Amino acid sequence: MTRGVEILLSGLSLGLLYALIALGFVIVFKATRTVNFAHASFVLFGVWVVAQTSPHIGFAAAVALGLVAAGTLGLAVERLLLSRVDGRKHDALAILTIGVNVVLTAELSWRIGERVLPLGAPWDGHVVHFGSVVLPLSVIITIITVPLLIAGLAACLRHTGWGLAMRASIEDREGAALAGVRLKRVSAGAWVTAGVLAVAAGIGLASFPSPGVAVSTGTAAIKALPAAIIGGLDSLGGAIVGGLVIGIAEVTVAEYQASLSFLGRGLGDVVAYVIMICILLWRPSGLFGAKEVSRA
Amino acid sequence: MPETSRLRMAGRVPALCALTAALVVLLALPLYVSAFWLNMGLFAMAAAVGAIGLTILLGAAGQLSLGHAFFVAVGTYGYAFLAGESGGGVSGLGLPPLLAAVLAVLLAGVCGLLFSPVSSRLRGIYLGIASLGLVFLGHHLLQNMKPVTGGFEGRTVVPLSIGGFSFSDQADVTVLGVPFGAAESQWYLFLVVTGGAALLGRNVLRGRPGRALRLMRDSEIGASAMGVDIRRTKAAVFVLSSMYAGAAGVLTALAFQRTVPDYFSLHLSINYLLMVILGGLGSVGGAIAGAVFVVTLPLLFSRYADSLPFVTGAGGQGLDGSTAAQFVYGAVVIVTVIVQPGGLAALAGAVRPLRSRRPAEASTP
Repeated sequence: MTRGVEILLSGLSLGLLYALIALGFVIVFKATRTVNFAHASFVLFGVWVVAQTSPHIGFAAAVALGLVAAGTLGLAVERLLLSRVDGRKHDALAILTIGVNVVLTAELSWRIGERVLPLGAPWDGHVVHFGSVVLPLSVIITIITVPLLIAGLAACLRHTGWGLAMRASIEDREGAALAGVRLKRVSAGAWVTAGVLAVAAGIGLASFPSPGVAVSTGTAAIKALPAAIIGGLDSLGGAIVGGLVIGIAEVTVAEYQASLSFLGRGLGDVVAYVIMICILLWRPSGLFGAKEVSRA
Repeated sequence: MPETSRLRMAGRVPALCALTAALVVLLALPLYVSAFWLNMGLFAMAAAVGAIGLTILLGAAGQLSLGHAFFVAVGTYGYAFLAGESGGGVSGLGLPPLLAAVLAVLLAGVCGLLFSPVSSRLRGIYLGIASLGLVFLGHHLLQNMKPVTGGFEGRTVVPLSIGGFSFSDQADVTVLGVPFGAAESQWYLFLVVTGGAALLGRNVLRGRPGRALRLMRDSEIGASAMGVDIRRTKAAVFVLSSMYAGAAGVLTALAFQRTVPDYFSLHLSINYLLMVILGGLGSVGGAIAGAVFVVTLPLLFSRYADSLPFVTGAGGQGLDGSTAAQFVYGAVVIVTVIVQPGGLAALAGAVRPLRSRRPAEASTP
């Protein structure tokens, strides 16, 4: 029972982190109809900045710097590269982000190499006891912070001018443009938001109990792609559900690894993809995705 | 003879001459160059076969697959298992190698067919992400199905033999004073397979199926109004591309003579994608050129590390060959998409003064 609660909460925390990354995918997709394959390298870039700077300027300042850096990176990719391609060629844009991902990952992998950079977070190594339940402090912080972040994002989308412009342009691009919505600003905003969400999630992924920032942090971020797909690429709520499903499944499978040994070792790492393929066989556009995801 | 067709014939003469010259050079190459270059050519040709399959899928049908590495792995391990003998911790069926090679390609096709409930209902980029799952699932299976795959360590591959002639170092053949080992004899085998794959790909793209695929890419509604069964066509082109990947896998197995699971990662899928994008989507010649570029670049960087700036050998301060190559690929893809979406094929078309080919056969999605 105790162990069950621990697994559920750890899974919830991991799932919320995946949900954050998946939200980044979805928000860029909704605003620009582009699948951002460079998202995993945004995560890695942001936490790398945090890990590099936190010994010098303190953790809080490093996090702020990391958020700004990844937001700027998202903006730079959108302004300098993607805006130069015809926005209706969604596949070409996606391929462009693959190119960006290849370059960024090569650069960061080369800089990080085999090392594991400690994040220097104040909660590293701390655990919390609730009766007989023992959890890392980072899990508790994630469970509290991430829903607040998501609620903040939802409030932004609902109550700010940017959010209104965003929703209008998602509904009807041309109509919104005619009504005076600046589409450039909307898509730039989406890319910045995606970058910021990516770093926030990356900090969680690289926190205790994981040892720190390594090249594999970026690989972990790729698992948010199935999360976004399970929920449906154009559904913000779906991204959250997908993230939670994958996070909880991964932690549970890793826990009961011993009794699932006939399925092979390391099953926890692939369970996300297995779930994705199963759900796609059943519902090709995800659980909450619009039926016709792309129009001719 | 009408004026236009005479002009077309006249335009073809230089192209035919160039093709013949290239063929003569390719056929004579094993007599002159060392095994390093031949092996590099083998890897490039193996990749070219897979890239042709992907360019049909992505370029003509507009269906993105990031699962190509999975089907390459099916071909590789299918061949290794079917042709291999049991022993040393792995089992095998010990079939005749040629039969095993054909069955391995068919096996990749069957795997593609099993994925058809997904591949026939999704389009474009969505299929790309869905097929991404196959790579990770495949890697997991390769690590854990030890009797078939040999697990993390991998397994050795039986060389191909046809009618008693073995394409390996065992064959005691000397041509014009050059001993023909594995690299030399396989060179000709690979040339034949790549040539056949290219011809088949070209005919598929230029013929009725290619027209149906391009129409489907541009408008599914239009295509179905013209009598193209969309779901069937999508499934069929995915199966065809899987079989190309399977053939590439068999060739890869033969070229490496050993297989390890880590080779068949997402990295390989992305490399295949880079090949077809650099080459120009929907162009067979472009896919081959892209494959040669992507495969040879890291090997060349590693070989000439001493004379290149920024690049050093393993353990040095600078970039190693494969990382340097990653920078080049990524940058070239970005530039290609922004500046010349048609890739190398369109570039070749642009510099050619007398265009003999039918124009704009390969356009971007």
